[in-house]
Amino acid sequence: MTEPAQGPLAVPAFGANPSFVDLLRRERPEHLQQIQGVVSAETAAQVPHGTTVLGVKYADGIIVAGDRRATAGYSIADDRMRKVFAADDYSAIAIAGVAGMAVEMVKLFQLELEHYEKITGDRLSLEGKANRLAELIRQNFPMAMQGLVVVPLFGGFDHRRGEGRIFHYDATGGRWEENDYQATGSGGAPAKNSLKKTWKPGLTRAEALRVTVEALLDASEDDVATGGPDPNRRIYPIALMVTADGAEEVPEDEVAAAVAAVIEERS
Amino acid sequence: MSFMPYVAPEQMMKDRSEYAHKGIARGRSVIGLEYVDGLLFIAENPSATLHKISEIYDRIAFAGVGKYSEFEELRISGIRLADMRGFSYGREDVKARDLANAYSQALSAIFTQQMKPYEVEVLVGEVDGEAAGTALYHVLFDGSVTDEHDFVAIGGHAEDLAETLKGRYQEGWELATAVKTAVEILGSPDSRTIAAESIEAGVLDRRRGQRRKFHRLEDGEVAQILGG
Repeated sequence: MTEPAQGPLAVPAFGANPSFVDLLRRERPEHLQQIQGVVSAETAAQVPHGTTVLGVKYADGIIVAGDRRATAGYSIADDRMRKVFAADDYSAIAIAGVAGMAVEMVKLFQLELEHYEKITGDRLSLEGKANRLAELIRQNFPMAMQGLVVVPLFGGFDHRRGEGRIFHYDATGGRWEENDYQATGSGGAPAKNSLKKTWKPGLTRAEALRVTVEALLDASEDDVATGGPDPNRRIYPIALMVTADGAEEVPEDEVAAAVAAVIEERS
Repeated sequence: MSFMPYVAPEQMMKDRSEYAHKGIARGRSVIGLEYVDGLLFIAENPSATLHKISEIYDRIAFAGVGKYSEFEELRISGIRLADMRGFSYGREDVKARDLANAYSQALSAIFTQQMKPYEVEVLVGEVDGEAAGTALYHVLFDGSVTDEHDFVAIGGHAEDLAETLKGRYQEGWELATAVKTAVEILGSPDSRTIAAESIEAGVLDRRRGQRRKFHRLEDGEVAQILGG
């Protein structure tokens, strides 16, 4: 048996831990408690799920976007769900999977980044942010085994490299970087097929927005769980752009115009 | 068994108080004052990275003087308290008063129970959303806390600075006027002109569009204000 470390440098007193999740685990572990007991496959399918989200690289940075539908089994749980969030000033996160847990994960992730920034007086590197998110997903693995899966897309502007970067994750916390585009969720496959044809390197902002809404439209046509744009009720995809100047939500009018242009061309 | 000589409680408190006072008097000062859009914290600080002034939460900022390691510890504890509370309840439930109370309790316990008191004084400031409300709390090394209005000075030359401020402070200053005057006053006790690079300043600006109202003034911004 090894002796615990002694003296002034003994863990855990050395250095201020800038992680909010660690603080939460220490002070309020009940907040991080997993759902107890076995969740049946039927129950897992009946809780609201967020469906299709995607990330696209373009000349100035990245776009992260998602449709607005959440489904619970065969019903629509929400038609105006927000699945795309700014994680901090220079990164964005989009979620697919079990909606309740995913939104909670976003809240925790945002706080993790803000807490780090305040404690250390410095922003985490994009690499560091992507790694922290992987760990949050890994913690959720026991739930994922029961069918309650959360798989986000993460992207941001890496100032050190001077470019936007996109990461996607699997249920085990595996982190994968993409060089062009990525889509996930129930309509991920048709969205990716669409992007395969429309995406090319060095897209402008307008072109990138166009291929994004087109991919979401294609996904909604092939996948029942993905909500299509609905001009009558003013339901449009939400898109966030992250460039060297920061994260910014694309105004609804701009998204609506891009959607209208795609529909116009197809009719 | 070690033998402890008897010391009267009055004497013990007096010694500790003197000790803390001396420690704080060695350091530089921080001025906190209300300007038209919120609160300004400003200090002379040759280091650009070891801050005296910092963000705690959306509408709350912190300033400390005295021993760096000690007020840094208080700052971190403050951020932890605020973030935990905001997560457990709601973001608007995090209040400067609660933080000031927490600091007061902690410093008071340290002052009476530890071998050595903390040689620090801290300020906790808060701006309100729409209304022109601000809160400014001053917590001393022994845990005593005061609710300040308009302006406050803490640290080495606190008394001189407060006296000068009293004569010059006016309500409704623009940020530029507030910064210029405060920098003059910070240099006044030993008649110096402080360079823009040695000024550390942070504001809680209630007009700021974001949720987080704290903004650290960069060297360039301070230089521009002082030059203009």
